[in-house]
Amino acid sequence: MDPSLTRRRFLAGAAIVTLLPLPVEAAPDDLAKAIKEVLGSAKLNTGKVTLDIAPLVENGNTVPMKVSVESPMTAKDHVKAIHVFNEKNPQPYVLNAVLGPRAGRASIATHIKLRESQKIVAIAELSDGSFWSAGTEVIVTIAACVEDLMQ
Amino acid sequence: MTNALIRLPRSVKRGEAFEIKTLIQHPMETGFRAGTNGTTIPRDIIEEFLCTYNGVEIFRMKLSSAIAANPYISFHTVATESGTLFFRWTGDNGFKVEETARIAVA
Repeated sequence: MDPSLTRRRFLAGAAIVTLLPLPVEAAPDDLAKAIKEVLGSAKLNTGKVTLDIAPLVENGNTVPMKVSVESPMTAKDHVKAIHVFNEKNPQPYVLNAVLGPRAGRASIATHIKLRESQKIVAIAELSDGSFWSAGTEVIVTIAACVEDLMQ
Repeated sequence: MTNALIRLPRSVKRGEAFEIKTLIQHPMETGFRAGTNGTTIPRDIIEEFLCTYNGVEIFRMKLSSAIAANPYISFHTVATESGTLFFRWTGDNGFKVEETARIAVA
């Protein structure tokens, strides 16, 4: 038997495998489905997109968020659309922005609501038909929608 | 009465990309919250935002219940010529607000 494969090493290796980032398919159903609808048969690449959102959010009712994409924004090579999705709000869909070469800079910002701590995914659709993404986990201490009964 | 705010640079150079910031007063009621009597408060959101520059569409955004109340939207465009930026927000219950702003291109 290979002496290097001790029980301890095996467990350490198993732990690393579990910690690897999950592919899109592993996200909860709604999120994966919504992303699939945008992608069609295209492949989702990682990179080019910067998703700017605080990792720890105190108030889930208004969370500033900024999405920028590396692109020359010329007629030949530009960002056509930016899609943002979330994992655990009642709907997976956050926004869909349509841009073009006249944007000059592919950078948008808005404020969103988060019901609980969850993953946010931003996807950029480029003029050459490719899709690029960035995702991040956000921890929310005061969730949106908790003031229901105070109405 | 609905208030919309538009913020633009006072003047921009031709060919330069500049940021446009917009803010509009709206509750953005999600349609998922329960009221006191147990019934759901009906959805009331802005569904779409549009911006044109001298009549040409430069930006459009579909909003959802996940956009915070009083939607803030910021985006960019390239200064081509002096003229008018037109903004339109449309949504549930016939919501429609239109605004214009002048942009001076040096």
